Amino acid sequence: MAIELKKRDVVIVGLGAAGGVAALPLARAGLDVVGLEAGTWLSPADFAPDELRNNVRGWPQAVQKANREIPTHRRSSSAPYSPRLAVHPMMNAVGGTTIHYWGQSWRLNPWDFKVVSETRRRYGASRIPAGSTVEDWPFGLDELEPYYDAVEYELGVSGQAGNIQGKIDPRGNIFEGPRRRAYPMPPLRGSGFTELMAGAARKLGWHPFPGPAAVTSRAYDGRPACAYHGFCARGGCHIRSKSSTAVTTIPKAQQTKRLEVVTEAVVTTIEVDRNGRARGVNYLKGGMEYFQPAAVVLLASYVYENVRLLLVSKSAAFPNGLSNNGGQVGRHYFSHNQQAPVTALFPHDLNTWYGLPAQGVAVDEWADDNFDHSTLDFIGGGNLWVYSDRRPIAAAEMSTFGRAPRWGSAWKAFIRQNADRWNTAYLQKTTLPYEDNYLDLDPTVKDPLEFPVIRITADYKENDRRLSLFIQDRMAEWYMAAGAVAIERTPLGTMGPTTHAYGGTRMGDNAGTNVVNRWGFSHEVPNLGILGASVMGTSGARNPTLTVQALAWRTADYLAKNWKTIT
Amino acid sequence: MVGDTHDDAAGERGLSRRELIKRTVGFGAGALVAGSAQIPREPLETLTTAEAATLDAIAARLIPTDEHGPGAIEARATRYIDRALGGALAGAREAYRSGLADVDARARASKGAPFAQLPAADQDAILTEMEGTPFFSLVRTHTIQGTFGDPYYGGNANFAGWDLIRYPGVRLAATADDQRMDSRPARLRRSAYDHAMFAKRRPSRARLGPIEEPWRSS
Repeated sequence: MAIELKKRDVVIVGLGAAGGVAALPLARAGLDVVGLEAGTWLSPADFAPDELRNNVRGWPQAVQKANREIPTHRRSSSAPYSPRLAVHPMMNAVGGTTIHYWGQSWRLNPWDFKVVSETRRRYGASRIPAGSTVEDWPFGLDELEPYYDAVEYELGVSGQAGNIQGKIDPRGNIFEGPRRRAYPMPPLRGSGFTELMAGAARKLGWHPFPGPAAVTSRAYDGRPACAYHGFCARGGCHIRSKSSTAVTTIPKAQQTKRLEVVTEAVVTTIEVDRNGRARGVNYLKGGMEYFQPAAVVLLASYVYENVRLLLVSKSAAFPNGLSNNGGQVGRHYFSHNQQAPVTALFPHDLNTWYGLPAQGVAVDEWADDNFDHSTLDFIGGGNLWVYSDRRPIAAAEMSTFGRAPRWGSAWKAFIRQNADRWNTAYLQKTTLPYEDNYLDLDPTVKDPLEFPVIRITADYKENDRRLSLFIQDRMAEWYMAAGAVAIERTPLGTMGPTTHAYGGTRMGDNAGTNVVNRWGFSHEVPNLGILGASVMGTSGARNPTLTVQALAWRTADYLAKNWKTIT
Repeated sequence: MVGDTHDDAAGERGLSRRELIKRTVGFGAGALVAGSAQIPREPLETLTTAEAATLDAIAARLIPTDEHGPGAIEARATRYIDRALGGALAGAREAYRSGLADVDARARASKGAPFAQLPAADQDAILTEMEGTPFFSLVRTHTIQGTFGDPYYGGNANFAGWDLIRYPGVRLAATADDQRMDSRPARLRRSAYDHAMFAKRRPSRARLGPIEEPWRSS
């Protein structure tokens, strides 16, 4: 029998990017909050610049619950399974994947909220790709702006504004929507290589700008400025310059004495009462089973686990999984069209051994609907991103661009000369949901607790593939303008498990096609809130985390202000 | 310095680079392995002596010692793999057992001698034939890890791999000057775990085994 604990106001499942943010406005509002986290606290001493451990072996020193539940994948309901990943792309810890993420902290652009209506208006309804279930968001960028602002300041985001209250500043992104004020910190500095790329973009008539980063560019909130030492990708920050929720919003919430953090707590199911309201969650810790009752449950794990916890939480009121009487849990799933990079070889050293993936230069000319699609065969676009970051094993594993064999003395001579002369661009593109891309429970593969893992049935569609080729050409053009001597384009793969997963519990006013309402609360379970990219219906052409965090803040803020109605 | 790398420093310090190259170039990998046997070595942890000899010989052809300096042998890539096969790469132990046996079987069948004793040209012919196999990819991947990874794990001895690709080394802060395209930051020769703040939290191989399961009682 589970040990029943004292009832709390709010239980948050997962203290990562989303739950770690939501805890702060709730605690400040005086609510009694408990956060259940499967991982542990990690300290700066855990964050050695060790490529083998961090990048090759996927953080084996941390609690890796996620590695026990890696989703399976198939391209379609009739396709065979793809090879299963060996390492889950996300991690468990207080702070979650914000511990080791790149920290790129973008706001979506205005078009991303209105893909359907804007496409219809400019090009006609026939340009919405066939089979897509895309909807406009229930609100526009203006509605989310105050929450973006709150999160940027509470976390500490560095960046160059491009549009303050309608006034365009060409040093920033001229395509961004209006923001109320500048970033709390100036952008991270450029490197020699990013300056070279910025100059080449200007030659092409584009508007390059430094991207926004949840990394301190100067001392902020008691944390020191970034040391640019590298090892930021899949690495934690040994001086706490990366604005992970573990060093920002979570400790701030703890200081209010209204947040209790329970680590190594593995949530298994969400319980409902006979009226179909959420009653609390069951979790395991140290070999014991607990039931944590709460007036409100906020589900804040990653996309796959959000969907899985709903689907395995079956009851008389919800025989097909919690909040799934409408059959929408797991639908409208997509993973970001962020593969298919372009790699360039330069005739000189770039000296990108130091720096971080968030220290880069972006071009937004080809993102969203910032260019005319009248004569093109796709909608949406891509953000072009190059940055300063290199590690020795990855450097040695470089492509030989067809100029050398893959081993032996000739290979050795090639990498000796070229290990620091290549660069790979990160190209994030608009991605849409489709009728036949979805998540469900795998019928046979289970985790060690005998719960089924998530099965992804999804593949890129024609719009994704055409867009990907178009963006690769723009990136190749940029590299050539900067003096590259060889270019390689990696083909677009398929929609396997990823760090940029979206949908599965989509947000929208229509309860027939969405799981949560415009405030992030379930259409079917009024005291169940869902946080994370699982509520997002479009991806935009940029990293999801800041949007996830702004939405989490907004849901928590709404909960605090409407406590009596919701409970 | 991490204790693991002291022995290499002692063993190879006496050899000038020119001497090292003279000893190893032009003699083929068989001679190379014989030559490197002069370096004091700690006992193997996972591989058999015969397996280690074959693996050394393969690594010596993948990243050879040549006019561009030391290769996988000097970097002690085999030591990295030997240790990792008892820990983080334990899942690959069987692939090494059968894969190395297969390499030797091919060598005996086509050339009448174990792989490690063949001239370099014959070894290269066998490796070329194996290039598309999963085992070749596995060994190549691990040889690169053992040559260019942090020396804490037993490879990249004397920072041979980092010197090869002109990596200026792990530092805990990089200045704006260090990031200029024309700057050449001074080469730092330290493992991440030579830094005091990380020394206490070295990943132990015991913890590289089964992943922690917080739902179970400890």
